[in-house]
Amino acid sequence: MIKSVALSLVVPTLLLAAWQLAASGGFLSVAYFPAPSRTFDALWGLIATGALWGPLGATSLRMLEGWILASILGIGLGSLIGSSGSAMEYLQPIVEFLRPLPASAIIPAAILLFGLSNEMALLVISFGSIWPVLLGTLHGISAIEPRLKEVSATLEMSPASYLYRVAIPSAQVDIFTGMRISLAIALILTVVVEMQAAQPGLGQNILLAQRMYRSPELYAGIVVLGIFGACSDRILTAMEMRLMRWKHVRKR
Amino acid sequence: MRWKGLVLPFVLVACWELASRADLIPLQTMSRPSDIIAAWWTDLSTGVLLTATVQTLQATLFGFLIATAIGILTGLFVGLSSTARLMISPSLEALRPVPPVALIPLSLLLLGFGVSMEAAVVAFACVWPILIATTAAVKASDPRLHEVAQILEFNSFSYARKFVLPAALGRIGVGMRTGLGIALVAAVTVEIVVNPRGLGYSLIIAQQSLHPDSMYAQLLWVGVIGSTLNYWLMKFDHRVLRLYAGRALR
Repeated sequence: MIKSVALSLVVPTLLLAAWQLAASGGFLSVAYFPAPSRTFDALWGLIATGALWGPLGATSLRMLEGWILASILGIGLGSLIGSSGSAMEYLQPIVEFLRPLPASAIIPAAILLFGLSNEMALLVISFGSIWPVLLGTLHGISAIEPRLKEVSATLEMSPASYLYRVAIPSAQVDIFTGMRISLAIALILTVVVEMQAAQPGLGQNILLAQRMYRSPELYAGIVVLGIFGACSDRILTAMEMRLMRWKHVRKR
Repeated sequence: MRWKGLVLPFVLVACWELASRADLIPLQTMSRPSDIIAAWWTDLSTGVLLTATVQTLQATLFGFLIATAIGILTGLFVGLSSTARLMISPSLEALRPVPPVALIPLSLLLLGFGVSMEAAVVAFACVWPILIATTAAVKASDPRLHEVAQILEFNSFSYARKFVLPAALGRIGVGMRTGLGIALVAAVTVEIVVNPRGLGYSLIIAQQSLHPDSMYAQLLWVGVIGSTLNYWLMKFDHRVLRLYAGRALR
């Protein structure tokens, strides 16, 4: 265990040390590759002055809003389409056209429709991150045990209570997996919207840092976004483990 | 029943056209479908659309090839040697959650505007599925192959080339297929955000110069390219899967 931790630290330590030495020795241009210590100083400065929390909060709020909107719409549409036998036949070409469409490509259209507003940002983020939830829900609902369907038919459940009591609970593993992928996409699109459409947040900050050649701040921003991405994924994975504990129990 | 799928788009477009002709929809934000088709034809016949498409596909392919080379080499290395896995994997895991778009400003700083900064971001975005698929496929290769190679006194290079790679090729192909889909999305995104070339940029320009009809035409065009690529990639998937199924049956 200790050996593996030590080994895993060798490469990054060597790289960072070489970078630090090369930068302070003047072999690397500080405008492009500032020494890691300066990036660390910039990061610490952002934390100490509190300048980090505003943009970080704006980015996480926007990401969460878009993700929650996408999840609600995705589960809703997915269960509607999934519970109707023929809906998919009518919708398939539209889905096959829209799903591979780069979500960032709808930014210009979203700006036309909503201006440079938060609604525009939410439209783009939720459009891009709806697909994993929607397709996960569809898949989960189509994979329901046929016997469950028969039981609910025998009990004369209404379609709504069938959906609420049988379909969505038994599809929840697929839905949750979709939601986890959606969150990563939502973060990417949040950063894109902030960079392209002048919405305040971490994305805008790193683009501004580049425009002003403040490279330590740029690197610090990338580090923050990386940590943020990793943390949000970890939190969801932990939630998934907790909520889906029954699944692992049943397998045993 | 393919015709069923065409009903809804047709009805929607017809309603849109009629509502627009009845002045129910403002033309500045939602162009008329007939105008969009006309703008698409103009952009196509003047060559604007094709030039932009070629630029986007060029960066997509360029970034994808870099990612393929890096992904397969690193994947082989990490999959074959457990020491390499211990040393490199944690660093890779630390890099993976970085949103690829966060590297756009850095790539711009280091490489300036143009195809290389775009390809660099594309490569970072699409290297992960290739790398993960290669590592998994290499790790899953039959231990008996390794024993055979040891008996034949192969060095690790020819072991990797003659035994591991051919056995892992199918799964690497599936990883590459995922990567190529991501590559196109990443290329368009970089163009939308900063890079003044390709389809993404001409979309932004059409919007900013108040040509909504041309903007919608290009948006649809991006959609057509995306779904065409996706269709081919799906076909590729089926072919690989059939190959595997066939092999299992033999």
